[in-house]
Amino acid sequence: MSATLKQKIAAVFEEPGCEKNQAKSEKDRKKGCSKQLTPGAAAGGCAFDGAKIALQPIVDVVHLVHGPIACEGNSWDNRHSASSGPMIYRTGFTTDINELDVVYGGEKRLFKAIREAIEKYDPPAVFVYQTCVTAMIGDDIEAVCKRATERFGKPVIPVNAPGFAGPKNLGNKLGAEALLDYVIGTQEPETTTPCDINIIGEYNLSGELWQVKPLLDALGIRILSCISGDGRYRDVASSHRARVNMMVCSKSMINVATRMQERYGIPYFEGSFYGISDMSDTLRQMARLLVQQGAGEDLLIRTEKLIRVEEARAWQRIQAYRQRLSGKRVLLITGGVKSWSVVSALQEAGMIVAGTSVKKSTREDKARIKEIMGDDAHMIDDMTPREMYKMLREARADIMLSGGRSQFVALKARMPWLDINQERHYAYAGYEGMVSLVNEIDKAVYNPVWLQVRTPAPWGEDSRFARAARSESERPARDGRAVVQSSDAVSPRMAEEVLGSESERPARDGRAGVQSSDAVSPRMAEEVSVPKSERAQTQAMTLLAGAQL
Amino acid sequence: MARVIESRKACAVNPLKMSQPLGAAYAFMGLAQCMPLMHGSQGCTSFGLVLLVRHFKEAIPLQTSAMNEVTTILGGLENLESALLNIRKRAAPKLIAICSTGLTETKGDDVDGYLRLIRQRHPELADTELVYVSTPDYIGAFEDGWSKAVSALVRSLAREQVAKVDGRVNLLPGSHLTPADIDELREIIESFGLEVVVAPDMSGSLDGHIPEEWLGTTIGGTALEDLQNLGSAMASIAVGEQMRSAAMELEMRCGVPFEVFDRLTGLLPNDRFLQHLSQLSGRPVPAKYRRSRSQLLDAMLDGHFHFGQVKLAIGAEPDLLWAVGSLLQEMGAQLAVCVTTTQSMLLQQLPCEEVLIGDLEDMERLAAERGCELLLTHSHGRQMAERLGLPLYRIGMPLFDRIGNAHRLSVGYRGTRNLIFDIANLLADQTHQATPESWPLPEASRRAASVSPESHAEVSS
Repeated sequence: MSATLKQKIAAVFEEPGCEKNQAKSEKDRKKGCSKQLTPGAAAGGCAFDGAKIALQPIVDVVHLVHGPIACEGNSWDNRHSASSGPMIYRTGFTTDINELDVVYGGEKRLFKAIREAIEKYDPPAVFVYQTCVTAMIGDDIEAVCKRATERFGKPVIPVNAPGFAGPKNLGNKLGAEALLDYVIGTQEPETTTPCDINIIGEYNLSGELWQVKPLLDALGIRILSCISGDGRYRDVASSHRARVNMMVCSKSMINVATRMQERYGIPYFEGSFYGISDMSDTLRQMARLLVQQGAGEDLLIRTEKLIRVEEARAWQRIQAYRQRLSGKRVLLITGGVKSWSVVSALQEAGMIVAGTSVKKSTREDKARIKEIMGDDAHMIDDMTPREMYKMLREARADIMLSGGRSQFVALKARMPWLDINQERHYAYAGYEGMVSLVNEIDKAVYNPVWLQVRTPAPWGEDSRFARAARSESERPARDGRAVVQSSDAVSPRMAEEVLGSESERPARDGRAGVQSSDAVSPRMAEEVSVPKSERAQTQAMTLLAGAQL
Repeated sequence: MARVIESRKACAVNPLKMSQPLGAAYAFMGLAQCMPLMHGSQGCTSFGLVLLVRHFKEAIPLQTSAMNEVTTILGGLENLESALLNIRKRAAPKLIAICSTGLTETKGDDVDGYLRLIRQRHPELADTELVYVSTPDYIGAFEDGWSKAVSALVRSLAREQVAKVDGRVNLLPGSHLTPADIDELREIIESFGLEVVVAPDMSGSLDGHIPEEWLGTTIGGTALEDLQNLGSAMASIAVGEQMRSAAMELEMRCGVPFEVFDRLTGLLPNDRFLQHLSQLSGRPVPAKYRRSRSQLLDAMLDGHFHFGQVKLAIGAEPDLLWAVGSLLQEMGAQLAVCVTTTQSMLLQQLPCEEVLIGDLEDMERLAAERGCELLLTHSHGRQMAERLGLPLYRIGMPLFDRIGNAHRLSVGYRGTRNLIFDIANLLADQTHQATPESWPLPEASRRAASVSPESHAEVSS
């Protein structure tokens, strides 16, 4: 690792805007904020991945990866960061270095590659990403970029975040450092207004920014630059003229906010677009800071009015679902900001959070969870897929919300699942987004397919399945779902018994409401959620009854 | 027949190629109770994992030795050691299959040596088989990684002295075969009364099924004992040129004779395949396949109308390019643009003028220049198809915007028939309606027909 990169990482670890970081001793701070990875038990992206995630949403530049084919060839065009115009960010560019380059160095190839990209695609700038192999062999991408900038008269920006430097989160920050060092403040905006803001750390996944932008437009707040969702090079370069910075997504790009405050005196606040009350808080803070910075005071009143109207509109639309979703138990496996921002949103729809993962959350994130969920907060530090599967299998949750990689844990347990991470296809930001999220959860939970897929084959084909379930069910009914599985071994007489006991007990179960959902009130759901084993069993029997009918 | 050209660009744009370690890790997915492990930075694993998950819509077991800068420079022994111990502890697989990456190859980690040391130090790993294959990212492509991985499995696991089992056949499928393809071939081989061992066997592991419990390792796939006993077969059948090296390795090691079928898509290759099975088993070709062949003939007759002189652009790995390209050429289409990822013996024999080892930017440019009417490549071709306004038939990997990829069948008579129907139907959608302006007369003809005095004079003179 070059000395400059080392310094950069040390600088990133010295974060004035992070209380946790500031609370550490000088020595501990040097070690950085990421835990050492465990070989053989690690998951997640590398620093290069993180830098790419952070910068690729700048849609009009060439993103050129200097390294072997794996880094770009295995990963390009795999995110849903949306653009309202240029599409060049979705084109994959890589030097695809070969063995000779490894031996003789890849700098010449990189220089030529930059020239080819500029000649063919004429972008306003080129971002060059360092990777492990080219860092190892000592390719000096800073020097090549400097030379290319002089030669081609276009900004060529080195992004020095080779994969082995650390995890994804560090990469986000190193990507942001490249913006601070080479982009922000290099151009001037055509015009400025007293209501100019930057949104930092918003990647416009599935177009989420556009669920929020109409609100800002209505208030006369201009997004001078979004770093980096649907971003344009020129906008990012002139973002230093904004009055206020909003930092989204926990701490992934906190360095941009703190450095811009230091350099240009732009105050920042941390906000979230997820959840109704969070969205409103964000608008309020934004308005307050803008007024402090010289915007007209009427902004505050207009903001409150807009919030009132929009909240009411969202609530009205969510009301329709609230009844159906009350008491549904959600297992939330995500990281960082979403570990709490989504929690409040779910609670707004009447759902119960059965657990939220805090593996990637900061201390503040955890404090927010406590604040929102109180003592009921089931924080999960590190849950193995096997444990998640068990939890779902035992019906301790009705739906799992997570990233794409763990989706099959839920699906194979025959439980609903919703994607809320990078690769998702739906937008969940702002008031609009929360209505969509609740609609998606409702769509998933009440899909009739669950009844179908949990119905065992009448001839007991899933024999291993049944055997496992039988041994489970010999122990006094701890696991309701096991009863469902073992039902292929259930004789008609037993089934009759089951049906009988079911008819004695009027449908009290929230889940039984797959068929009679409208009859379930929040109170009833609450009552049901207490005796878990009983609830699960009732549900199993209802399913069995469904199968028999 | 074809000229093979390597792209001379410094900057690959819109890569067609995927990396060697990913191909190797994918091969390891077809082994039972296995944990594939990439010796490299965690990103190498993460990218590969996401790609396979998006293609198969399945949980993918794949681990990393999580190398960082310091461990890379000092050597990866300790990371590899703790990775193996952690995997052993957490997932208890029967086999841990390791592939290297660009990072550890650049450093020059002696993984074979490391493994010997680790074995000495940790008797608790005695019940776990370890296999290693060297697959630097900066050489070759996905297909090469797969090919090397299967060869490494044969080399490190197949026992040299095993008793022959009459009627047992090894099937060594290339990386371009889907779980459905493997199932089809197994069924065909078994219909001759032969017993078949598939290595690697994706049909049990990535065919999309609901297991009864959550396992951290691979599910289904070739059992370790079957890999150890590969030498007991009376013959090996390799599908795809990429499998020649593994089949040869097995022959040299255990004396199992082999036959390479460079493709099993198309009429004649399948005729040869069934004939070969008939000879191996001493049984006639079952009636079922005679009927199936006749259906394929009919499909070819019905389909050829759609393919005649249609210009195609194909971007695929060599064996897949060979299989699909050859079939479509036999149906009357022209392979106007062929782009591939890596060298192969087959490329020169392709029925076209040139084959380019390049990327999707090359394919896009050439398809536009040569007036192609249909594009065939993986899902990354979607942007190209949109820009060119051409239909895209998705082949290969990754297919992240389609579901059911494990069940796409394109081998055997039945698979060939499916493929012909699918593509012909796609072409049928593109039929251009004639308009009154479709066939304008040239200027000279119109002048000749006009009533001006000069034209009369011309005619009379």
